[in-house]
Amino acid sequence: MSAAAERPLSQQGGFDIRLAGLTKSFDDRPVLRRLDLHVPAGQFLAVVGRSGGGKSTLMRLLAGLDVPTAGKAEIDGVPATARRASTRLLFQEPRLVPWARVLDNVGIARGEGWRARAQGCLADVGLLDRAMDWPRVLSGGQKQRVALARALASDPHVLLLDEPFGALDALTRLEMHALLEGLWLRSGFTTVLITHDVAEAVALADRVIVLRDGVIALDIPIDLPRPRRELTDADAVALQAEVLAAV
Amino acid sequence: MTSVAQTPSRVVGGRRHAWRTWLRWLAPWALPLAILVAWEVAAQAGFVNARLLPAPSTIALAFWRTLMDGSLILNTAASAERAFIGLVIGGGLGFAAGLATGLWKPAEVFLDSTVQMLRNIPHLALIPLVILWFGIGETAKIFLVSIGVLFPIYINTFHGVRTVDDQVVEMAEVYGLSRRAILTRIVLPGALPSILVGLRYALGFMWLTLIVAETISASTGLGFMTMNAREFLQTDIVILGILIYALLGKAADAATRSIERRVLAWHPAYAPRQGDRP
Repeated sequence: MSAAAERPLSQQGGFDIRLAGLTKSFDDRPVLRRLDLHVPAGQFLAVVGRSGGGKSTLMRLLAGLDVPTAGKAEIDGVPATARRASTRLLFQEPRLVPWARVLDNVGIARGEGWRARAQGCLADVGLLDRAMDWPRVLSGGQKQRVALARALASDPHVLLLDEPFGALDALTRLEMHALLEGLWLRSGFTTVLITHDVAEAVALADRVIVLRDGVIALDIPIDLPRPRRELTDADAVALQAEVLAAV
Repeated sequence: MTSVAQTPSRVVGGRRHAWRTWLRWLAPWALPLAILVAWEVAAQAGFVNARLLPAPSTIALAFWRTLMDGSLILNTAASAERAFIGLVIGGGLGFAAGLATGLWKPAEVFLDSTVQMLRNIPHLALIPLVILWFGIGETAKIFLVSIGVLFPIYINTFHGVRTVDDQVVEMAEVYGLSRRAILTRIVLPGALPSILVGLRYALGFMWLTLIVAETISASTGLGFMTMNAREFLQTDIVILGILIYALLGKAADAATRSIERRVLAWHPAYAPRQGDRP
């Protein structure tokens, strides 16, 4: 991470996200029902809920992979259906291109000066020395770090994370949490993290919402000091209990 | 075991290792060599009729003779040219059609069942028809080779394009890659392993078709050379022709393998066993 510290910080900041009456149905079965939500620029929001609660549907709408049945989702005042480089999505799986070297994966979106930018982002996730490797030789955690670097390479204003750490072991997960928190504190992008792990949500987010049966069942701020390495204090435990009760 | 006893045993182990490496290198050639020696001995001793099965040394002499008078080079070049032109035409069409049906559903609906029907006709059964259509000139042979290579390349291109990971394609879309970039940077490289398997099959069909086509009608080429030699009972040349076919087939396969090793270095199945790092 020493290379990251020497690099001038890119403080691109975040965009705000606004949902108004957002509804999505599949074959007349509503998955999201008239969601209203405002995420201020730069906020770290965690969305918690059971499987089938509409979390991933919300994410696909924000990423522009689906269109809402009714209502709207806007990022910086523009409908989220338009795909923009300022919104980046980290999938559950790393989804690296197997036939491209790690560096080419990070710089997949190309654009001017992509190589230097990709190198900077690889340094940020601590994998600059693996730049010329094939993805298949990396571990699961390393692959997800490369995917994170790929998302950051576009200097996003909004970062969407769709349970990106679900498949990782507990220790790697904690490393990823610290890494993500550090990058977010530095760059200030608006972050939406989808997770079924309540502890993860409380450990990372400024605010947690619980999505249940397509509606927001709980919306609480997490006002704990950062960086949050230890989450064993009474406040955190109480917050986790509150969120769990709503799930 | 004491450290004193360990040292010599390690040396023996090292020697054994070197010996094993040699064995692994030689093993594939052991059987052909043994057959060659037995054949030579049998021919020299008169166990087999030299008219019907000449000795390897006689064939080697025939090789030298035809090499010197230029006929071997001429005939090989003629065959290789037909093979190459047929491969380019048939392979190009198969590749284009496979890409179209793989990428575009209407093309699949329109083309695929027709191709599947045609594919099951043994293309050598077309020879009488092809002679009626094109006579016995170059066109007939190139047509047959093209048909022979078209289907393996078509099927494997189609299959390769269809099996490209949807999730990676979706990622590329989300990351703003243009349709053209998705085709050239995601779909084609992803389909390449399958396309190269198709190419290797196609090369086999290519030589097979050519041999048959040339033995039926030609005035140059390896097939012509062997058929002509049969007329004059030059068994050595007939066998030489067969051996040249085997060598050409092997060479084409080796070329494809080396392409595979180079362009599929990312693929686990083609990975070098040690030293993954470039």
